[in-house]
Amino acid sequence: MSPLYIARSKSVAARMLGGEMMVMSAQDSTLFDLNDTASAIWQAADGITPLNEIVERVVCKEFDVAPEAAFQDAEAFVTELAGHGILLVSEQPIPQETK
Amino acid sequence: MRLMEEMGQRALDLGVPLSVHLDITYRCNERCVHCYLDHEDHGEMTAAEIKKLLKELAEAGVFMLTLSGGEIMLRRDFFEILEYAREMQFLVKLKTNAILIGDREADRMRQLGVDTVQISIYSHRPEIHDAITKVPGSLGRSIEAAKFLKSKGLKVNIANVLMKDTAQDYPGVIALAKELGVHALLDTMITPMMDGDRAPLELNLSEQKLKDVLGDPEFAADVAEMSDCSTQMDHVPCSAAHNSCYVSPYGDVYPCVQFPLPSGNVRKQRFIDIWNHSEQLNEVRSIRVRDLPNCSACGNVSTCTRCPGLAYMEGNMRGPSTQDCEKSYARTGILSVNLQKKKAAGAGLVQIQALRSSPLVQIQQPAVAAQAVSA
Repeated sequence: MSPLYIARSKSVAARMLGGEMMVMSAQDSTLFDLNDTASAIWQAADGITPLNEIVERVVCKEFDVAPEAAFQDAEAFVTELAGHGILLVSEQPIPQETK
Repeated sequence: MRLMEEMGQRALDLGVPLSVHLDITYRCNERCVHCYLDHEDHGEMTAAEIKKLLKELAEAGVFMLTLSGGEIMLRRDFFEILEYAREMQFLVKLKTNAILIGDREADRMRQLGVDTVQISIYSHRPEIHDAITKVPGSLGRSIEAAKFLKSKGLKVNIANVLMKDTAQDYPGVIALAKELGVHALLDTMITPMMDGDRAPLELNLSEQKLKDVLGDPEFAADVAEMSDCSTQMDHVPCSAAHNSCYVSPYGDVYPCVQFPLPSGNVRKQRFIDIWNHSEQLNEVRSIRVRDLPNCSACGNVSTCTRCPGLAYMEGNMRGPSTQDCEKSYARTGILSVNLQKKKAAGAGLVQIQALRSSPLVQIQQPAVAAQAVSA
């Protein structure tokens, strides 16, 4: 399976509030309150690091979660945010200017 | 509880300034009869100063940023400021008369991810709207702009301030909003000038008209929703200085745009230091409903929309806001403690409207507000 690359969209409003990331989609104004794990993935979504590496390096290590379950959860989370234009997802690295 | 409300409560608990209203200019290309601003430029912040401020606001945790004025589009560097604000990932709302917004400007706003554009419309009839703004053709231009913005997919609100000469037209404004596919916000609040001059209050609705408007189901106020008073006494009177504040084009920080209590200046201090340590903001924060000498004992306390800023402009931030007393009376038919006292003192006696011009309306106090502003 090809690695997935994820990047934060520029068209969001986002702010850390009390340790949790609040993100609003500019596409449909849906507001998300990301928990610690989701916030960590969000922060690491640089368009260059594959999602599985983010999960291993950030989620599994910092939150002591088994890789398979963590990857499944991360994929579901990424798919949902991508549906609102909050994350960009690609099988290729995502260049800075397209975010 | 909706997520946005949860967010507001969390910010309140953490003392985070979730929302900031920033006026980037007081200059304006309209001359609305009810406006509370001095439109001369007394040294507004440069784009560089505003960008520095925006960075500080982001670091302080500000999420919602309202850019307003004056007329925001009169700044040649408006899009430079907006672009930076979005780079800082604020949820940006714009307030404008929109007469300088064409297809290109609307397109740029959409590209930059503006959340909402609020346009001031006073009537659906050009002869009425243009008489308020004193700019012939302004209604047509504002409507055109609303269409451009809407066509780009932006959220647009029409803000309709109701005055004695325009109030009869609010159903027409609502119909216009529906036709344009945008939302209409009705507001009955005319505020004194920021220097304390109360002349604009003469434009307020009559008692009967206020009653009619507030009784209209189209109007936003929902008495039932506001009527839980079980923990009312421990409530903070409003969000001003708790999770929101206002910054003027000159860098002055106030608890709210309607609360001209100077609390610091971002040209002299970092925003977060003002937010955390300003004596004035801390005083506003310390007030609970139970601390309000008249209002805590008032029969309208659970439904009143008392504005502490308007109370301050009447002379006492812990006192009543007579305009809100009048609104409460129009909604509930119950005379507030404040209005009862005025009545007992022989002022006006019957006509609440008459109290405005009576000698009992704290004549000295606007001057106090004016001193505070210029301090």
